[in-house]
Amino acid sequence: MSALVQLIGVSKSFGDAAAVHDIDFSIKRGETTVLIGPSGCGKSTLLRLIIGLLAPDVGQIQFDGSELRSDKVDLIRHRVGYVIQEGGLFPHLTACGNVLLMARHLSRDENEMHARLSELSALTRFPEGLLDRYPLELSGGQRQRVSLMRALMLGPELLLLDEPLGALDPLVRAALQKDLKEIFARLEQTTLLVTHDLAEAAYLGDKIVLMNEGRIVQQGSIGDLRERPASNFVSDFINAQRGLVLS
Amino acid sequence: MSWLFRFLLIFFFCVPVFANERPVIIGSKKFTESYVLGEIARRTLIDAGISAEHRQGMGGTIIVWQALRGGQIDLYPEYTGTIVQEILKRSDPMKVDFIVEELRKAGIGMTNPIGFNNTYALVMRRDRASELGIGTISDLQKHPELKFGLTHEFLDRQDGWQSMAVAYRLTSQNVSGIDHALGYDALRSRQIDVKDAYSTDAKIAQYDLVILNDDQKFFPRYDAVFLYRLGLNEKAITALRGLEGKIDEKRMIQLNAEAESTKDYGKAANLFFGVDAKSPSSYGETFSQKLSRWTARHLELAGFSLLLSIIVGIPLGIWASRGGALGQLILGFAGVVQTIPSLALLALLVPLPFFGISVRTAIAALFLYGLLPIVRNTATGLQDIPRALRESAVALGLSPRARLWQIYLPMASRSILAGIKTSAVINVGTATLAALIGAGGLGEPILSGLNLNDHATILQGAIPAAILALLVQYMFDLLDRVLIPKGLRL
Repeated sequence: MSALVQLIGVSKSFGDAAAVHDIDFSIKRGETTVLIGPSGCGKSTLLRLIIGLLAPDVGQIQFDGSELRSDKVDLIRHRVGYVIQEGGLFPHLTACGNVLLMARHLSRDENEMHARLSELSALTRFPEGLLDRYPLELSGGQRQRVSLMRALMLGPELLLLDEPLGALDPLVRAALQKDLKEIFARLEQTTLLVTHDLAEAAYLGDKIVLMNEGRIVQQGSIGDLRERPASNFVSDFINAQRGLVLS
Repeated sequence: MSWLFRFLLIFFFCVPVFANERPVIIGSKKFTESYVLGEIARRTLIDAGISAEHRQGMGGTIIVWQALRGGQIDLYPEYTGTIVQEILKRSDPMKVDFIVEELRKAGIGMTNPIGFNNTYALVMRRDRASELGIGTISDLQKHPELKFGLTHEFLDRQDGWQSMAVAYRLTSQNVSGIDHALGYDALRSRQIDVKDAYSTDAKIAQYDLVILNDDQKFFPRYDAVFLYRLGLNEKAITALRGLEGKIDEKRMIQLNAEAESTKDYGKAANLFFGVDAKSPSSYGETFSQKLSRWTARHLELAGFSLLLSIIVGIPLGIWASRGGALGQLILGFAGVVQTIPSLALLALLVPLPFFGISVRTAIAALFLYGLLPIVRNTATGLQDIPRALRESAVALGLSPRARLWQIYLPMASRSILAGIKTSAVINVGTATLAALIGAGGLGEPILSGLNLNDHATILQGAIPAAILALLVQYMFDLLDRVLIPKGLRL
């Protein structure tokens, strides 16, 4: 399978946020790639580089074979869905307003939009009756489902999820994890998920990319990481989270 | 930023067009006699079929003179002595022909005297004067025992007491300084015998005083005249010249007394024209008519300036929110303007060629005042949007314009509206000062009340202004519910 996104020798360093150094990796079409690592390892920075919120100091980022350039970045963004931890919903718009925002901006057909809206609320298990509510009238889990609908609205080639479940309580989180897995599978969605939860990574990811201090330490399946850790850090990282689960 | 500049330029050029439909504009200075003469001139012109407007109590000599030269007013009452000393800056007396010639060079014409001379004078109680047989200032030489109570200004002026005492060889040592109004009371209660006065002071008749004849012609003449722009139309000049020689000193004293006792300059004008005058007195208006006229002008001043503050302030706030040197500069500028006392800001704008004494100046000053709250609240409102939400808007691929209009401005709307509300309330309050430069509004009764020392008149302006400020506040609270998106009010 071909790579939708390719990072070649990308470095970025700056003041307060975590820097990344010499990153080479790719996101294959139809796969769920998980970026994992301790806080401050640079995984969110990497994701923001891919959506063009940051520009690399060195190296190149390719999207669908062509270089990500600042003058074309909005066109790429229309082909990418983006969900952040607290959902990033705009408080002055209803759930429906948030989901349809981009489609309206691009003057898509109103009927098609609403058909797509029903489809998505079924897919994400978000009750259609709540679409008129404002973000502040929704629970944390509901907000993330709306955020996911907004990200999927234009049928993105790539879905970027930046710790989407990080702020949710365990039950809601488990339910959403299950639903996400189903959605990815049904849509054959190319996804990049950032998380610090190994269990979530193992459950959702086809490929896991482990980062530490701005560098990729190892990438592969969860089995690879467990059985053939590339360094002590990899085994420590995996054992620490496993230990927590057992105790 | 250039469109903004162009907009401002066009706006300020337009204001005079719709603000003054250009009747003949009469100015007056800030004292009773000037108000009365201005009002008489207004009605004289109206009787001659010329539309005229009276801008009352615009300030001192220099302000009114500048307004006349700048064409913001067409005529105003003045005194020959003042013309020579303060306008032409001569210390020696000048022939009338020469004054007219000098004024012509400035594009200004002068009528012949209206008929009275409002100069400095010495006054005494009538009974005391006849008891001692005093009729002229020279007669005072024989009575060094008399007590003089003179104003501090008269004591200090070069052409005041010092040189007068020399000219008349007065030897009285019994001279004390006393306030003008208190001096009249002291004279009445016999604590002093002689005081200086303006020869048309209403108190002279009221307290039954006599003016001592200036037999050596010591005091320069302060003949009342009208000054007018030479460009003024012939018909108006002719009507104005009809007032020449029509008011003598006795008459003027009566008119001033009427104005001061009724607290109404219009009644004094009525007295001049008689009961069957054709023209309506502006003071013949009922209180509610006056109130609505003041209020309408007040709202016009506050409203226009607020509108400008919004149109200019929000873009400036957006620039300021982006930080950097430009942002600092904008916030710094708006902050500095705010620290200038409002009266000083008006005074600073008046001498600028483009502004002068006009509604335009008042609106410009109020506009500058209203700027800071709007700029600052817009900038803060935008800066307070969480970074995650800003990034979400960018990551969605919204164009910068759509981000601003659909996301950032609605999210900052509460803060922006709070800034606009603050500006509106400030403007409604500060607009009372516009009356100082003849721009009208609810400051007008406040100013004439101060001038007449009449609390009731002051309150006629002060109370409506306060109520207006509260109403504006209340209206904006209602507006919040319409303009702030529901999702932000949960």
